[in-house]
Amino acid sequence: MSVTEPALSEADSERRLERHFEDVIAKDQRIEPRDWVPEAYRKTMIRQIAQHAHSEIIGMQPEGNWITRAPSLRRKAILLAKVQDEAGHGLYLYSAAETLGGDRDDMTEKLISGRQKYSSIFNYPTLSFADVGVIGWLVDGAAICNQVPLCRSSYGPYARAMIRICKEESFHQRQGYELLMTMMSGTDAQREMVQDAVNRYWWPSLMMFGPPDDDSPNTAQSMAWKIKRHTNDELRQRFVDMTVPQAEALGVTLPDPGLSWNADRGHYDFGAIDWDELKQVISGGGPCNTERMERRRAAHEDGAWVREAAAAHARKQQQRKEVAA
Amino acid sequence: MAFDNAYEALADAHDDARWAFGTGFEDPLSGVDTTVPAGVDGDDLAQYCLMLGDDALVLSHRLQQWCTRAPELEDEVAIANIGLDMLGQARLLLARAGKADGTERGEDHYAYFRGEHEFRNVRLAEREQADFAQLIATVLVLTTWRLAVFQRLRESADPVLAAIAQKGVNELTYHRDYAAQWVVRLGDGTETSHARTVAALDDVWPLVAELFETHDVERRLHGVAVDPAEVRDEFDDVLAQVLSAATLEPPQVRAKAGVAGGKGRDGRHTEAMGYLLAELQSVARAHPEATW
Amino acid sequence: MTGEWPLYEVFVRGKRGLNHVHVGSLRAADDDMALRNARDLYTRRNEGVSIWVVQAADIAASSPDEKDPFFAPSGDKVYRHPTFYDIPENVPHM
Repeated sequence: MSVTEPALSEADSERRLERHFEDVIAKDQRIEPRDWVPEAYRKTMIRQIAQHAHSEIIGMQPEGNWITRAPSLRRKAILLAKVQDEAGHGLYLYSAAETLGGDRDDMTEKLISGRQKYSSIFNYPTLSFADVGVIGWLVDGAAICNQVPLCRSSYGPYARAMIRICKEESFHQRQGYELLMTMMSGTDAQREMVQDAVNRYWWPSLMMFGPPDDDSPNTAQSMAWKIKRHTNDELRQRFVDMTVPQAEALGVTLPDPGLSWNADRGHYDFGAIDWDELKQVISGGGPCNTERMERRRAAHEDGAWVREAAAAHARKQQQRKEVAA
Repeated sequence: MAFDNAYEALADAHDDARWAFGTGFEDPLSGVDTTVPAGVDGDDLAQYCLMLGDDALVLSHRLQQWCTRAPELEDEVAIANIGLDMLGQARLLLARAGKADGTERGEDHYAYFRGEHEFRNVRLAEREQADFAQLIATVLVLTTWRLAVFQRLRESADPVLAAIAQKGVNELTYHRDYAAQWVVRLGDGTETSHARTVAALDDVWPLVAELFETHDVERRLHGVAVDPAEVRDEFDDVLAQVLSAATLEPPQVRAKAGVAGGKGRDGRHTEAMGYLLAELQSVARAHPEATW
Repeated sequence: MTGEWPLYEVFVRGKRGLNHVHVGSLRAADDDMALRNARDLYTRRNEGVSIWVVQAADIAASSPDEKDPFFAPSGDKVYRHPTFYDIPENVPHM
């Protein structure tokens, strides 16, 4: 401990650090791991990154459901590689959260005990192979809209992880869309599968952007700290505007009679979202919440003896090295 | 708005080399000269490709079943990598079969529209893996064996097989190493992990002898195929080293008999195989006219 | 928890002539596992790429703001493990 520092009062020191932090944010520079940050920023950031990581990991399940049944070897390879990418994304993100003092075991514990959330979209079931394509197109598409602004997040490690993740997600989205194009030019049964999958995933995809702005309590602080760059409704509108022409090109109907171009606004209008459904899914009442959590919990607990064995072996090796030295 | 640019830049980013082998093409042997070498029987060559291809396809299926169930995320990635490599090897070999037998059938025909008795994989590949120790024991045994075979197959008189083997050797070296390191950790780690690994080896071992039995097809394809009996010593040496480092012994258990004189290579499988194929083939068979 | 693996930092040299660059972190029980996991995760097993791994706890680090009068008093907290540089364009797979 240094003895030369004049006694600056705790409160004074804290205020100066806070001004410095705000200055970095205002200049649009990045906060880096060893920087002083307000406790609330640290907590918000860890929670956001952890929930994002959880979403990647839980998000492996709905698509993973179809790997063993993928109807061509090429589609199987694409799907397996994609689900593997999601595990990688989860890892990048847990690492980023750890730079702020998050601990992976602790975050996993919070996930499987339900104290931290993941994206509600993954609580819907995948019922046919077309779902794989629709998840790539709509869910990854919505994720990209949400995530591209995060490449400029004020927290450096998160922003860097997001750059890598977004690159891979855009590849996944193209693969998903390409699968749907192939299926739409196939048999009637394939076209029906695609339309059915779109019917089931359209509204949940819109819900991925979160509650409407007037019901989103954390948005203002997150915007001020440049953790978030756009509001939920802005991003949702952008997604709808992007997706409607893609649906037309594909030849599928988006299940919303209220969907129409509004020349005055320069945007598509769309129908009312069933926010009660979102609330129900978020609070554990979605079609697959229990199954997703149970699978993750089982993998973690079934793997405990393996992780312990590796740690025990590493300790023994260390002791052998010390004895030999 | 920077947001727009960022999205467009990302959407345009083409960098396909970074993606796993096998995701970027329809025909794995596109552009390759697939003429069957003079003096080689095309049907035999096709059968041999199916043997090696089915081993990879079926093991890959078992690895795919581990997806979202691995003990740690880092291993989730590693197991998927091995599964992808095996799938890539299967695609090349099944595609080679369709060229060798002159039918021009594609890889998917062989994977999805053959019956159980037409699959030529060894029975160990199809075995269900009840825990991580069984997974690791299976991968260690199969990749050690396959690596030894592929190292010799690089000299095959069929240039396509030789090239497939060359690519496979790099992958299998990595797979074997992954499994060997885990066997050492599990064997040396805790009492629980040691006991589970002993049990896993006991479970796997009765199907090991089958790997080294020379099949008539391999005998007839002298110079093209590798006689698996030749790699037994190498296999035993590698396993002895790994097991010793893991404080384990090679199991003393009886080999599993065949059925009516046939084993995996003859299309006689275990009861688990039917379920595996039901899963693998269900969607493709429900839509036989479809393209994907 | 007894099974917890230590955190490693990963540095990758994309090709000869370049520096190793920090690309992220991972957990592993030992050095061998860390190298293997790094290769799987951060390079997709690209041949010819050189990887360094080091336990995060073994890194001595200064605060980015060290020269700044507002040097963070909590800069030595272990959880603030360092990540060093932006990823340059020429590192593959980033």
